[in-house]
Amino acid sequence: MKLKLEKNYLLALVAVALGLLAGALLMAVTGNNPFEGYYYLFRGGLMSVQRIGDTLATATPLILTGLSVAFAFKTGLFNIGAPGQMLIGGLCATAVGLSFAWPKPVLLPAVVIAAILGGALWGIVPGWLKARFNVHEVVSSIMMNWIAYWAVYYIIPGYFKGQYLETESKKIPMAASLKMDWFTNLFNGSYINMGFFLALFAVILMAFILNKTTLGYELKAVGFNRHAAESAGIVANRGIVLSMMIAGALAGLAGAAYYVGYASSMQIGVSPSQGFDGIAVSLLGLNSPWGVFAAAIFFGVLQSGKGFMNAMTSIPPEIADTIIATIIYFAATNILIERAWERIYRRKEKKHDRPEQDTNNSKADQVGGLN
Amino acid sequence: MDYVVEMLNIRKEFPGIVANDDITVQLKRGEVLALLGENGAGKSTLMSILFGLYQSDGGTIKVRGEEVKISDPNIANDLGIGMVHQHFKLVENFTITENIILGMEPRKGLVVDIQSASRRIRELSEKYGLNVDPFAKIEDVSVGMQQRVEIMKMLYRDAEVLIFDEPTSVLTPQEIQELMKIMRNLIHEGKSIILITHKLKEIKAIADRCTVIRRGKLIGTVDVASTSEAKMAEMMVGREVSFSVDKGPARPGEVILRIEDLTVLNNRKVKGLKGFSLEVHAGEIVGLAGVEGNGQVELVEALTGLRKIESGKVFLKNKNITEYSVLDRIQSGIASIPEDRHKHGLILDFTVEDNLVLKSFHQEPYSKNGLLNREVIHQHAEKLMEDFDVRAGEGSASLARSLSGGNQQKAIVGREIDLNPELLIAVQPTRGLDVGAIEYIHKRIVEQRDRGKAVLLISLELDEILDLSDRIAVINNGELIDTVDATQTNENEVGLMMAGIKRGGHR
Amino acid sequence: MWNIIAQIFPYAIAYTIPLLLTALGGLYSERSGVVNIGLEGLMVVGFFAGALVTSQLETFLPGTALWIGLLAAVIAGGLFSILHAFASVSLNANQVISGTAINMIASALTVFLARHITGSGNIHIVHGMPRIDIPWFSKIPIIGQLLFTQTYATTWVSLIILFASWFLLYRTPFGLRLRSCGEHPQAADAAGINVYRMRYLAVAASGALAGLAGAVILVTYSGEFNGSVSGLGYLALASLIFGQWKPLGILGATFFFGFASTIANVSQAVPSLEKIPGIFLKCFPYVVTLLVLVLFSKNSRAPKADGEPYDKGKR
Repeated sequence: MKLKLEKNYLLALVAVALGLLAGALLMAVTGNNPFEGYYYLFRGGLMSVQRIGDTLATATPLILTGLSVAFAFKTGLFNIGAPGQMLIGGLCATAVGLSFAWPKPVLLPAVVIAAILGGALWGIVPGWLKARFNVHEVVSSIMMNWIAYWAVYYIIPGYFKGQYLETESKKIPMAASLKMDWFTNLFNGSYINMGFFLALFAVILMAFILNKTTLGYELKAVGFNRHAAESAGIVANRGIVLSMMIAGALAGLAGAAYYVGYASSMQIGVSPSQGFDGIAVSLLGLNSPWGVFAAAIFFGVLQSGKGFMNAMTSIPPEIADTIIATIIYFAATNILIERAWERIYRRKEKKHDRPEQDTNNSKADQVGGLN
Repeated sequence: MDYVVEMLNIRKEFPGIVANDDITVQLKRGEVLALLGENGAGKSTLMSILFGLYQSDGGTIKVRGEEVKISDPNIANDLGIGMVHQHFKLVENFTITENIILGMEPRKGLVVDIQSASRRIRELSEKYGLNVDPFAKIEDVSVGMQQRVEIMKMLYRDAEVLIFDEPTSVLTPQEIQELMKIMRNLIHEGKSIILITHKLKEIKAIADRCTVIRRGKLIGTVDVASTSEAKMAEMMVGREVSFSVDKGPARPGEVILRIEDLTVLNNRKVKGLKGFSLEVHAGEIVGLAGVEGNGQVELVEALTGLRKIESGKVFLKNKNITEYSVLDRIQSGIASIPEDRHKHGLILDFTVEDNLVLKSFHQEPYSKNGLLNREVIHQHAEKLMEDFDVRAGEGSASLARSLSGGNQQKAIVGREIDLNPELLIAVQPTRGLDVGAIEYIHKRIVEQRDRGKAVLLISLELDEILDLSDRIAVINNGELIDTVDATQTNENEVGLMMAGIKRGGHR
Repeated sequence: MWNIIAQIFPYAIAYTIPLLLTALGGLYSERSGVVNIGLEGLMVVGFFAGALVTSQLETFLPGTALWIGLLAAVIAGGLFSILHAFASVSLNANQVISGTAINMIASALTVFLARHITGSGNIHIVHGMPRIDIPWFSKIPIIGQLLFTQTYATTWVSLIILFASWFLLYRTPFGLRLRSCGEHPQAADAAGINVYRMRYLAVAASGALAGLAGAVILVTYSGEFNGSVSGLGYLALASLIFGQWKPLGILGATFFFGFASTIANVSQAVPSLEKIPGIFLKCFPYVVTLLVLVLFSKNSRAPKADGEPYDKGKR
């Protein structure tokens, strides 16, 4: 068991290495110096206290969307709806933040709770459709993403129009923002905010739920083998709805962390990239809470350093997204690396006998067809 | 000697196991050669090599005396070798004609020439007495017909050598007779047959010679007419085996399970179980005999709470549990060993210890206030694994996936018996296991009866039903045909009832 | 009313065609048993390749450049989809994750390259596809005005592809074999069909058609590569389910989406539609899709082995 985990972490690192290699290749092909590129990319993310704060602030929504995807995955569900849940979370947070003139100790918790509830609601819908009608959550989540996109597109200009631009909301008042003066000053005026602690708390909470509670046991049982779980008296449909609700809540919180933490107003016509990046984070983090945390910080460095790199070289900033996307592909195809690995491993321990196995120990049906 | 097919010194390895180790099989022209071995002995692997689905790691294959290399099914096909697979390889929403011609479609210009194909199928059907309708869809025809389609596939491809992989497991005794007749017909028309099986009676009935393999090794080839069933069984298992189960007379007590007029829909939304009634007493094993797909699955799922009951009632110890959830039924005292241990019995990616509390994790002492008590769960697993002889590489921390089939099944049996149920429902409890594990599980089931518990045994293996049951209920087409005392009936009588014919001959 | 419909119709058709092509691509892939959620990304690849090639060639080869651009998009989409085929067919990877990776790589990489080439990330083409009236047919009352005036050549090409796909899938040995791979790959294998090869071909076809669709967007109503096809790939996937994995069903489903989206887009300019809040018109297709999914969930005609990796070793 222990050995197996170590192997998986190593495979994840190989995927990262291959992704960075692909990025280097792309820089070289477009006539840039990859060493220079990566030097400025990492420098941009880490060179000062303020930059480190920005990196953590960039990573915060990624931790939360990563947890969101990972949590659903544990129940065998693919939450591709994180972008929509994040948008609705952000919209609810913005709406509450702009509608009430309460003092910060009251308003900020209300803003955060609104975001969580909004995201949870957006997660429940595909969860319920899956449980009740067996509608595949991937397709319904994608539809929910577009509905969220258009809802924001019309509600922000309709009710919370900004002072100068039609396409963004009014500025979030300090009382509704996750930013804290002392914290911002501690990091020399960076974007870092309380969202980071909320994300850290979510990591710990998720690890606890999955490993120590009967709820975690049930959800994992449903995820690995829905039929066996149901035969044992576990109500799989409840698990599915619950899991999507929690996943949605996490993504909704990511919306708060981004729109009333990192940023200070909400733009329309943009689907947050953190939603899909959450899939990458979750995959690279092996769906484990601390793995997600580490992967999100790493992607945070790439995302927050790309601007500096672009300023210092002629490499377009999309290199960071390309590297992240390539890493997912390599993580998804890591079976190739695993096969090579096993070949070497077996050669070393050829004498080591394994117990006889049934030939049809097929993997539990996890993410299947879209029907 | 005139051999059509010779497989000489065949070796095949899979990661971790040697499936075939230096096996030689020779098929004479115009004979039925049985290939006998336990589940997992390597029969199917060997035949898959002959059919081109796997490549051997060593040895040679000769067809009609010439050495050949069979790298895919197309080559086997060209050499005149065809196979009827145990799990039919038919596309359900294609017609019979489309299934038969798939892979070698006759063409008229660019399009498939369905007309000429169906004409040829009709001719072949008449010649061999197969009686298939070329335009019916697979999903609409019976299992027996599907098997005939598989046979037709081989004939359409002009196969000379026909491999049958466990062909009788899905058929009634009467359908088996029919199949034997078709096989004799095929031999008469000059074909040669390899019959893969683990059933000695069938070998006695149809085969000329029998090749026995055990754990991937060749044990020997014998002449069927001059070899006793006991001798072949011993060759197959490696020791003397007694096929009867040791058990004393039953001492039935009060009624534990009472099923009244139960009606349940099947997956196609038609009645799979029609007004079914049955009683199971404490201290007896009631065996439910029937051909696959006659309502057994619907009955079990209705009893365990996985399927909605349309009408009728279920009582457990006089308590009406018809409306109970799965969990409530478990807690009222129903345990079940499911038919498919991978799909319904275990969570293969959980550890053994987590699997052993699958039905009790939410109760004390395994958890309290929603928090799991890992230490107690671990100790519980250690104890059960010892009591039920479950062997795993890394003890209770092993993933269930890594256990052998026999050990997986023992773990399930241990978990269910540990619930101390009033009623144990055992569905095909020994499917796919070797003789050692089968004997062990039978012993535990009888033990459960002797402790005064009720047992409902559902099996497609008539021998298992006859050996274990105190009373036998027979189901056909969702209806209870009759219930008989196990000591006062025989295979023939039960077989007739399985075909829907009541005692006394009225249908 | 008639005037509105007559005005909207050409736009609705223009909007339908890329959806139709992409959904047909999805049809090949899913009928062979591979779920391709990467259609969105494959469209983007075609969009980019078409824009790049056309913009480079249009000064030397006015007119022909568009067609070369379309061809380039077909090739680029087909090649790019091999990544998905490799992951999901050869490596038995999770098809949804692989498809998501395709989407992300496609949108990041194309914008990266576009920015490297033009600096802005957008690639502009000067001349789009001309609109033509079909002689004689356009004179037919009603139908002539709706279907045969102001049409793009690509529309007719797409309809030919639709018909050819139907013929290929349901009348030829190739189609029978392809569909058997999506229903019961073990049966196909036993019949001597190379399941892996069929699935590779089907995924490549889906990439080629999605790529073509991306370029059709470029040469008809967009005129500029901007790194996104705004979710049309996902909508195509929904159309596939809506159309119950059948060519004619897909035609109906995509036309529905095309028409609904066009209405939402032009609602500001049409007085009778102006009263309906934009949010409803915009969300309409997505809400309908959700309802349709619920409606069809009971008896889905999805290929049985859709989304299931095929492993020769397991039988």
